[in-house]
Amino acid sequence: MKFDTPAGINPIDKGRVVGIPHDRIDGAAKVTGTAPYAYERHDAAPNAAYGWIVGSAIATGRIAAMDLRAAESAPGVIGIVTHANAGKLGKGNMNTAPLLGGPQIDHYEQALALVIADTFENARAAAALVRIDYAAEDGKFDLAAERLNGVIPPEGFGGPADTKAGDFDTAFARAAVKVEQTYTTPDQSHAMMEPHATIAAWNGDKLTLWTSNQMIAWSVGEMAKTLGISKDNVRLVSPYIGGGFGAKLFLRADALLAALGAKQVGRPVKVAIARPQIPNNTTHRPATIQRIRLGADKDGVIDAIAHEVWSGDLPGGGAETAAQQTRLLYRGANRMTAHRLVTLNLPEGNAMRAPGEAVGLLALEVAMDELAEASGVDPVELRIRNDVQYDPEAGPQRPFSSRKLVECLRAGADRFGWAKRNPKPGQVRDGRWLVGMGMASAFRNNLVGKSGARIGVDTKGRIIVETDMTDIGTGSYTIIGQTAAEMLGVDLDQVTVRLGDSRFPVSAGSGGQWGANSSTAGVYAAAMALRAKLAEKAGYPADKAQFDDGLVKFGNQSQTLGALAGGEGIWAEDSMDYGDLDKRYAQATFGAHFCEVGVDMDTAEVRIRRMGGAFAAGRILNPKSARSQVIGAMTMGVGAALMEALDVDTRFGFFVNHDMAEYLVPVHADIPHQDVLFVDELDDKSSPMKAKGVGELGICGAGAAVANAIYNATGIRLRDYPLTIDKLLKAQAA
Amino acid sequence: MKPFTYERAASVEAAAKAAASVQGARFIAGGTNLLDLMKLQVETPAHLVDVNHLGLDRIEKTEEGGLRIGALVRNTDLAADQTVRRDYAVLSRALVAGASGQLRNKATTGGNLLQRTRCPYFYDTRMPCNKRKPGSGCGAMQGMSRSLAILGVSDACIAQHPSDMAVAMRLLDAQVDMVGADGAKRSVPIADFHLLPGDTPDRETVLKAGEMITSVTLPKPIGGAHVYRKVRDRASYAFALVSVAAIFGEDGTARFAFGGIGAKPWRVAAADAAAKQGAKAVAEAALAGARTTHHNEFKRPLVERTLASLYRQQEARA
Repeated sequence: MKFDTPAGINPIDKGRVVGIPHDRIDGAAKVTGTAPYAYERHDAAPNAAYGWIVGSAIATGRIAAMDLRAAESAPGVIGIVTHANAGKLGKGNMNTAPLLGGPQIDHYEQALALVIADTFENARAAAALVRIDYAAEDGKFDLAAERLNGVIPPEGFGGPADTKAGDFDTAFARAAVKVEQTYTTPDQSHAMMEPHATIAAWNGDKLTLWTSNQMIAWSVGEMAKTLGISKDNVRLVSPYIGGGFGAKLFLRADALLAALGAKQVGRPVKVAIARPQIPNNTTHRPATIQRIRLGADKDGVIDAIAHEVWSGDLPGGGAETAAQQTRLLYRGANRMTAHRLVTLNLPEGNAMRAPGEAVGLLALEVAMDELAEASGVDPVELRIRNDVQYDPEAGPQRPFSSRKLVECLRAGADRFGWAKRNPKPGQVRDGRWLVGMGMASAFRNNLVGKSGARIGVDTKGRIIVETDMTDIGTGSYTIIGQTAAEMLGVDLDQVTVRLGDSRFPVSAGSGGQWGANSSTAGVYAAAMALRAKLAEKAGYPADKAQFDDGLVKFGNQSQTLGALAGGEGIWAEDSMDYGDLDKRYAQATFGAHFCEVGVDMDTAEVRIRRMGGAFAAGRILNPKSARSQVIGAMTMGVGAALMEALDVDTRFGFFVNHDMAEYLVPVHADIPHQDVLFVDELDDKSSPMKAKGVGELGICGAGAAVANAIYNATGIRLRDYPLTIDKLLKAQAA
Repeated sequence: MKPFTYERAASVEAAAKAAASVQGARFIAGGTNLLDLMKLQVETPAHLVDVNHLGLDRIEKTEEGGLRIGALVRNTDLAADQTVRRDYAVLSRALVAGASGQLRNKATTGGNLLQRTRCPYFYDTRMPCNKRKPGSGCGAMQGMSRSLAILGVSDACIAQHPSDMAVAMRLLDAQVDMVGADGAKRSVPIADFHLLPGDTPDRETVLKAGEMITSVTLPKPIGGAHVYRKVRDRASYAFALVSVAAIFGEDGTARFAFGGIGAKPWRVAAADAAAKQGAKAVAEAALAGARTTHHNEFKRPLVERTLASLYRQQEARA
C-alpha cells in the first residue's frame, strides 16, 4: 500500500480501540518475569556455552602479541575467538569500528577476544588470563582541542551538514538585540536496563540469534555482511527488549562474537556485554560544542539565527546533528546551520534517544531564554512570536503537515501556572531553597519508514499479527494490537501480537520515534488487505463491508470472522510505503516543557519540584503508554541537565566512569510529579494512522527547561552541561 | 572472578583462625562490596570465610551506658533500632543516607567500615592504581578526580573513603572491637582504625591477618541535636561529594565529622573547637592541610557551604 495523498476518513477514525488508554498487553508477562529476554532463552538454545568478552586496555595501537595458553588451559574453557582465528570478517555498514578488533585497535574496550567456557564463572575467570601485549599509539581524545580540525561530515539522518537561507551575517550585524553564546554537552551513555545480550546457534549453515535488538532487518543484513554469508541464513529473534535508547539499533559485539563462538565450539554460545564494558565497548551519544547566534528586533522577533555544532567520532564515523531543530523551529529570514566533525579515537559515537535535537535543544532553548531576557519578552510569548507555520529554510511553499507549537505553549503555560513566575531571577525563596521556573519548546522531527505486517484470522475469530517490529519497552505490542482490533472490529483481547522475528515481514523497527506511527501503518495496510479477502469470501463488496463486533456486515447480512476464516484461517500481508508527503510538507512533533526547581542557597544542590508539558504529536495511539514514553523522556532530560556525563580521560582515551555507580542517571527521588497534556491533533499527511512519533519528543527541550529554571532561581546561567554543584559554586564565586 | 574456596565458620575464634591460615583469605558478610570487586578481579581472595551465622547480629547496652553493635548487624536494622534512633540519631541518619534499601538490607556494620574506595581507577584493573597494585602509580591524580579525597591524601593515592556510616561512628567516638587469629581481643578508637594512604595505600586499616571485627561500641549518649547532611549529585543512591555529621549542643558547642573529602572518615579537634565561631571557622579548621586537584577543588567551598547550611538550620530551630 502506498501512502502518497493525505488520509481521508478511515476505520482508525472510529476511535473505539485506538486512542483509548490501554494497559500493555505484554505487561503481565513482564512484571511476572515470564517474558523471556535474550540471555534467558535456554528453552530455545539448550546447552549454551558462555562467552566473556576481553576488551582492549588501550585506545589506539596494535596487538603486539597475544598469549592464550593460560586461558586455554583454564578450567572449563572450550574455545577462544580472536581476530587470528575468526576468519575474514566484513564490517557492517552501520558499524564505524570492527566489532572484533585486532591486530589494529580502534578504541578502548574494543572486543579483542571471546573466551568460551562451560560456565559463566569459568569464562570470566579465564578471560582474565588472556595476555595481550600492546603497541600503543597516540590518539586524539579531546573535542575542544581538536575543534579547529573539524571537517564537513557525511550526510546522515539529519540531512545535509550545512544549510543556509538569506544573509545571516548582514542581518545579525544589524539586529537590535543579539545573543551569541557557546554551549557544551558531554558524551552520554544510553544506560538501558538490559545489557546487550545474545545467544547464537548454528544449524548447518543456518545461524539463529536470540538477541536484544531494535532493528531486526538491519541487523540481519549487517550480520550477513560481517560473516560473508547470505541473509537467508541469518535469523534474528528479539521479542522482548529491556530498553535500547538507540544502543541496540545496530549489530554489536555480543551478537557477532556469539555467532563466531558458536561456530568455533559447535554448540550454542551466549554472550552479554557486561555493564562496566558497555560505555566503552558500545556506542554513546557524542559530546558537542555548539555556538548559537540569535539576532532579533526589540520585540524579540528573530531575523537572524545561526547554529554551529562540533562533535567527534572515530575515523569514518558521523556527526551529532544538533542543529537539526534550528532549521525548522523558529522564524527568521536569515539563517545558517553547520556541523563539523573531528576525528577522535574515543569509542564509537552514534544515535541515542532523539539524536540531534536532544542536545541541540539543550543549547538553542537556553539561547532563547537569553533572548527573552535580552529583549524583555516573556519566554513563552517570545516563542509564540517566533512561530512559523512553514519550513523557514524552504519558505511558505513547504508548510508543516501540522504544527501546534503555539497551542502547546499556551496550554502548557496555563496548566503549569506560568503566569505566577517572577521574571527577575533570584527572587523567590522557600526555606533554604531558591525557587525558579523555566520553560522550553519541544521539537522532534517526524520520520516515517516503510513497514510491513502479516495479519490473519483463525477459526475462532481471533486475530494474529506478525511483524518484525520491536517493543523496546515503548508499548509496540499494545498499539499494534489496538490497530488490528480497530481495523477488524474486535476487542483488543481478541488479538495476538507477535514481534521481533526476522521470519515476520520487515517493519520500520524502533528508532528515531518513527516506530509507532510507521509500524501501525504497516498493520493498517495488512489489515486492509485482510478486510478485502474477508469481504470477498463473504461475498460482500469490499468497500461496503463493515467490521464490527467480530462480524463482517453488509446491509442486513453478517458473518462471523471465525466462520469466514474456516479451518485454515485467512491471512494477508502488505506493507505501507510512502510517497513524497514528507518532502512536500515538513513533518515534526511539538511541545512545551515547564519546570520548577529548587536550588539550595548554600550547597547549590538542585532539586526538581515539578515538571509539566503539553505535546502535539498527531493521533495519540495509546494515551497511557504515550504518557509513559513522555515522562520517561522528561526524566532522561533531567538526567542530561543535572548529572549525566561520561568523563573522558584524555591521557588514556576512555570513559572513566563506566559503571552505573559512577555514571549517574536520575533515581525516583530526583523525579517529582510530571504532568503531561496531549493537545488534540490529527496529522493526515503523516500516515493513515494520522499519528506521529512521540517516544523521543519528551526528552527534547526538557533539560533546557531545567537549566532555565535554575537561572530563574539563582541568576546563574550555566552553558556547560551537566549543571552540577561544582559548576554552580564556581559561577557563584565568580 | 577467580575461583576460590569457601567455608562457613563455626565460631568467631574459628573464623579468625581460618582466615589467618590461608594466604589472602577474606571474611564475607553482606558481600555488597567484596563480591563486586571480586567479579572485577580488583579483589582476588583465594578463600572466603563466611561469618554470617556467628551470632554477631545483636545490639546491646554496655555496662558503661553505651551500645555494642554486633559486626553483623545489618545497616537497615541498625538504622531502625529504637535506641539508635533516640540516642545516636546521627548514626541512623547517616545509614539511611547511604546506598539503597536493598543494599542496606545486606550490608553489615563491620563490612561497612571496610568498604573500599569508589575511585574509578581503582575499579578498572587496566589502569594504574597504587591501592590496587602497589607501585603501579596513580591514575586519578592527573585524571578524573572529581569525587576523590582532599584530606589525608598522599603522593601515592587520593582515594576517598566512601562510607556514610563510618562518618557518624567517627563523630560518636566509636570503638572497633576485634578478635585476632590467636584469640586475642582488642579495641581501637575508630580514629585509629583506618590508616592514611602514605606510601602504602593498599593498607587501609590496622586489622592484622585473620583479625576480625566483632562489634562496634558506642560510648554513652551525649545528647544534642544530631544531623547528617549529605551533598551529592542526585537525591538518592549516590556517594557523597561532601557529607557532614554533626551534633550541636545546647551551649553552642558542637562536633563535626566529614565524609566524601577524606582518605578516611574525617574529624579534627580544631574544627570542634571552632564551633562557636561558625561555619567559616569550622571549615577552615577542618580543611587544614587540604590538597585539591582541578576537579575536586570545589569540595573546599562546598564544605563551608554545607556547614553554613547546618548552622542556618540550627538557628532556625533555636
